[in-house]
Amino acid sequence: MLLLAFDTATPAVTAAIGESSGDGVFTMRANASLVDARRHGELLSPTIRTLTRVAGIDLSDLDAVAVGIGPGPYTGLRVGLSTAHALADALGIPCHGVTTLDALAFGTRRTQPFVAMTDARRKEVFWARYDDHLTRVGEIAVDRPAEIDTGGLPLIGDGARMYAEVLGDTASAPQPLYPDAAALAELALLRLHRGEKLPEPSPLYLRRPDAVVPGAPKKVRQWVR
Amino acid sequence: MSDLPLILGIETSCDETGVGLVRGCELLGESVASSVDQHVRFGGVVPEVASRAHLEAMTPTVRRALDAAGVKLSDVDAIAVTAGPGLAGALLVGVSAAKAYAMALDKPLYGVNHLVGHVAVDQLEHGPLPKPAIALLVSGGHTSLLLVNDLATDVVSLGDTVDDAAGEAYDKVARLLDLPYPGGPPIDREAQKGDPKSVRFPRGKWGDGTYDFSFSGLKTAVARHVEDADRRGEPLVVADIAAAFQDSVVDVLTRKAVDACVEHGVGTLVISGGVAANSALRARAEQRCREAGVELRVPRPKLCTDNGAMIAALGAEVVAAGLPPSSLDLATDTSLPVESPLAR
Ligand SMILES: [Zn+2]
Repeated sequence: MLLLAFDTATPAVTAAIGESSGDGVFTMRANASLVDARRHGELLSPTIRTLTRVAGIDLSDLDAVAVGIGPGPYTGLRVGLSTAHALADALGIPCHGVTTLDALAFGTRRTQPFVAMTDARRKEVFWARYDDHLTRVGEIAVDRPAEIDTGGLPLIGDGARMYAEVLGDTASAPQPLYPDAAALAELALLRLHRGEKLPEPSPLYLRRPDAVVPGAPKKVRQWVR
Repeated sequence: MSDLPLILGIETSCDETGVGLVRGCELLGESVASSVDQHVRFGGVVPEVASRAHLEAMTPTVRRALDAAGVKLSDVDAIAVTAGPGLAGALLVGVSAAKAYAMALDKPLYGVNHLVGHVAVDQLEHGPLPKPAIALLVSGGHTSLLLVNDLATDVVSLGDTVDDAAGEAYDKVARLLDLPYPGGPPIDREAQKGDPKSVRFPRGKWGDGTYDFSFSGLKTAVARHVEDADRRGEPLVVADIAAAFQDSVVDVLTRKAVDACVEHGVGTLVISGGVAANSALRARAEQRCREAGVELRVPRPKLCTDNGAMIAALGAEVVAAGLPPSSLDLATDTSLPVESPLAR
């Protein structure tokens, strides 16, 4: 199975083409990552086109698309999802979601518990605890770093790096900072091979839109209608 | 006719997800998904709400438009998409999808100007636009007067609003009068029952020698009028206030538009954008154009509001002009100038 995977839910734009054999062995065919938080929309499609050339394939050879569904800053996140939806629609292939934080965690290959954190803006982070690189404990939360009980576990991700002063020693080696689409592709193919259901390719917003419903008019006037 | 390229147009600059399929000046089919209902309680478009809705609606709207046109995605020869102006996050959803469709279909991508699209759409209704033409674009987001020498290559901005858009003034005044959002239709309805001469509201920037507009002073004048009448305990006749407000807006819009036609020796005026559906604007424009010997062209209301057909219509012009496609690193531009029908 030939899979195109990408993620735009962090400052990184990362994309990869991966392949799994019938017995589930993963091969990375092409991979690229760029960090530029403001240019996801400009960078993603050219990166995908370059990857197909490097891998020596046409988009029509793909069997599926996997995309990071966040959580992450919404504008960048939607670049990946909109691209994935349209590609899958045009190619007539399935589109799978992968939780961005899970892809970041999977890439660590850690076998001991740790906490992964990414920037949620507004002085908050998206975070979750993992027992190992494949096993998340509970739901992803969004909180201020000072209010998070990390249980003294090692911290990874750019959220941990940004707030290392508040978080202390456990944030001293936060690498990897961003998810890598190679890990995302491998995780997606592993889950598909195991017959597990992947998330829908819909964004994990975790926050409601900021919008204030205007109050009722101050005075109740006697309108002549 | 059928050897002309088939253009798929995608529009996501504000709160409508629009997709249209056009060949030359022929509209084959289109579909629009609007998130307006989700904005009503906020009294205006909330960008994040609009962006979320665009993402959900994008591919289903493409499919509905293809079905309406009776064509397959593989029949499409080029993709046109709104690159700007518009809301940043909203534009990005459409441009990202357009790039993906272009890549997957291996067809050229054209990032085009939303404002010029509002003019180009008239060709789907009334055939090729005479050159040159004057265009008045009026909606919740824009109030622009344009000299259109060529849709694909030569559009000149004559004037713009210096503050609120015309449709925005309608929304704000509707709120003052306890009328629902969007304010255009209810004010138009009330105004038809009222006396436009009941109050004399100011005509913003009238006679200032420019083709610019201003509506914030008018909005303030309406607010003051309501407060004064309130203080004096006088009855407030909604229909009269709506009629007088609408009279001021329509008077200044049509006078400046027809003056531009006369000054530039142009025989055609196109009025487009959501406010083009306004009955008083149409009536006054018809009267003034008749007096000045100018042909008035107003697309049907469904084509005047934001839609994908207008973007496909402009895409068809750009392709016909032989302009080079946009590259895959095309950036959205929230304030793309109208002088750029094609982005980069
Ligand atoms: Zn518009």
